[in-house]
Amino acid sequence: MYVFQSEVIEEEDSTLHMNVGPSHPATHGTLRLKLEIAGEKVVACEQEIGFLHTGFEKLGEYRSYNQFVTVTDRMNYISPLNNNIGYALAVERLLDIKVPRRCRLIRILLAELSRIADHMFSMGAMTMDLGAFSSILWAFVEREKLYDVFEAVTGTRLTTSYTRVGGLAFDLPEGIEARIGQLVGEIRETIAKFRDSFLENPIFINRTKGVGVISREDALAYGITGPIARASGVHYDLRRFRPYLDYEEFDFRVPLYKEGDSYARYAIRMDEMDESLKIIEQVLQVLEPGPINFEDQKHVLPEKEAVYNDMESLIHHFKVVMPGGQHGIQPPKTSIYSATEVPNGELGFYIVSDGGSAPYRVRVRPPSFHNYQIFSKVLEGHMVADLVTILGSFNVIAGELDR
Amino acid sequence: MIVHKQENHKLVLAKITTLAGSGLLSGPPVQDRCGFTLEIRAAAAFEFLRAVKQDPALRFEYFIDVTGVDYSTYSEPKPERFAVVYIVLSPLLGIRLQVVTYLPESHPQIRSIAPIFAGAEWCEREVYDMYGIRFAGHPDLKRILMPDDFDGYPLRKDYPLKGRGERASFPVYEATHGHTRNF
Repeated sequence: MYVFQSEVIEEEDSTLHMNVGPSHPATHGTLRLKLEIAGEKVVACEQEIGFLHTGFEKLGEYRSYNQFVTVTDRMNYISPLNNNIGYALAVERLLDIKVPRRCRLIRILLAELSRIADHMFSMGAMTMDLGAFSSILWAFVEREKLYDVFEAVTGTRLTTSYTRVGGLAFDLPEGIEARIGQLVGEIRETIAKFRDSFLENPIFINRTKGVGVISREDALAYGITGPIARASGVHYDLRRFRPYLDYEEFDFRVPLYKEGDSYARYAIRMDEMDESLKIIEQVLQVLEPGPINFEDQKHVLPEKEAVYNDMESLIHHFKVVMPGGQHGIQPPKTSIYSATEVPNGELGFYIVSDGGSAPYRVRVRPPSFHNYQIFSKVLEGHMVADLVTILGSFNVIAGELDR
Repeated sequence: MIVHKQENHKLVLAKITTLAGSGLLSGPPVQDRCGFTLEIRAAAAFEFLRAVKQDPALRFEYFIDVTGVDYSTYSEPKPERFAVVYIVLSPLLGIRLQVVTYLPESHPQIRSIAPIFAGAEWCEREVYDMYGIRFAGHPDLKRILMPDDFDGYPLRKDYPLKGRGERASFPVYEATHGHTRNF
């Protein structure tokens, strides 16, 4: 249990014990660090997490498959759309169904837009922590535009809950493709601004190059995924490992850096945004009208319009929504591990089904939980000021860390 | 680039079947979307994971996840009440491996794989926190998400969704202006 203690706790020999968090401006979430410092050097660091534990996995056992989509919004609240899509895909794999082409393309489109919003935010926040205030404003301007798109598409800005098992809540609004096409150019300009301002900036280089180095071996042993692993030379991206949706169709590169330091973790996010923009442009070219939901109404919620107007759809709607033994989606009695690439890395869902309308067990493998574990090892030996740099480059989201 | 390679399935299947040997629980490894799932005796899990990591032809060295399942109310009979699931990946072959072990309710204990995969440390702490499964040889086995003084294991099926009144009996603390608040 957390007991409040003063910032500097005690003095023994020449080391001090210092407390950071759980509510600290530099942690961007509820993380607590117990540091042992000698002068400005961190000798030892112990992490404490769990302050935002909400019991999502327990809750998942009591909610139907579609209801759990709303819970996934709250995990990584910076890019909720990626979580929605990852979860929907996991259940669809459990049911062994494949959603229609338009649905797959819309999911790719939104996943990449959401990835950009997430990377944008983490880059802006990191440089803000390092003292460059304008960067977060640039990032927020772009994120605001992206959130406007999400609002137009999903109806909400943050808790999107856009996917359904076997499809989407609703189709894209009219004219949104043009708006997204226009956004691509604007985001490119902002990325260029970030590149110009930081990548060759001596202050930024001094504070990030060689700071918080993660070796390739450590990245593998600790299960680190996403941009952090790719900055350390692990060329692993689930969009390429085993392409899901229609990612194999699109031309994009998976950036790789070997250095493993905070600078590489910063630079790789910019490269990844470039690739995401490329994917978005290609998707916009091939996006065509069509159905967005899987045709089998035993698993998929029928359209609201049809529910109001014809008897059969109303019955199907009730069958899918009602809880209990004979109702609901009823997947086969099996377990499945399904993973997708979200901005922070591999988001896995281990779902065990006992044939009922709710999952028997939902395990969420959050990327932040696995990425953050190495933090104390990386921090030891660095200066206290480097804490902010390394934490910023990790982009730990407490919502999915603690679930 | 680490890419899933279908052509390695045969090689992996033969190798892991040999390595698991008599440790295999129910039948041969099952193929799934990106690799294999196999059920193995709890006593053999540690050695098996170490073997597949160190085998120069396999190299399952990418740690993905450790999690637990409580099968006490499952609709089909399972060997034991608790399951511990390990997921590892081979960057060399592009194959993912799921290893499932079962632990009895009376003595839910298994050897920790933290010495093999450093990343398993927190995952095993979480499984301990949520299910009460003990990991022998773990460097620092304590609760991770729940408070240290919490009683019970929340993800067990016999633990109610609304809790056992922990919120109502939360420590009351005195507000400065005289009246008490109960959270």
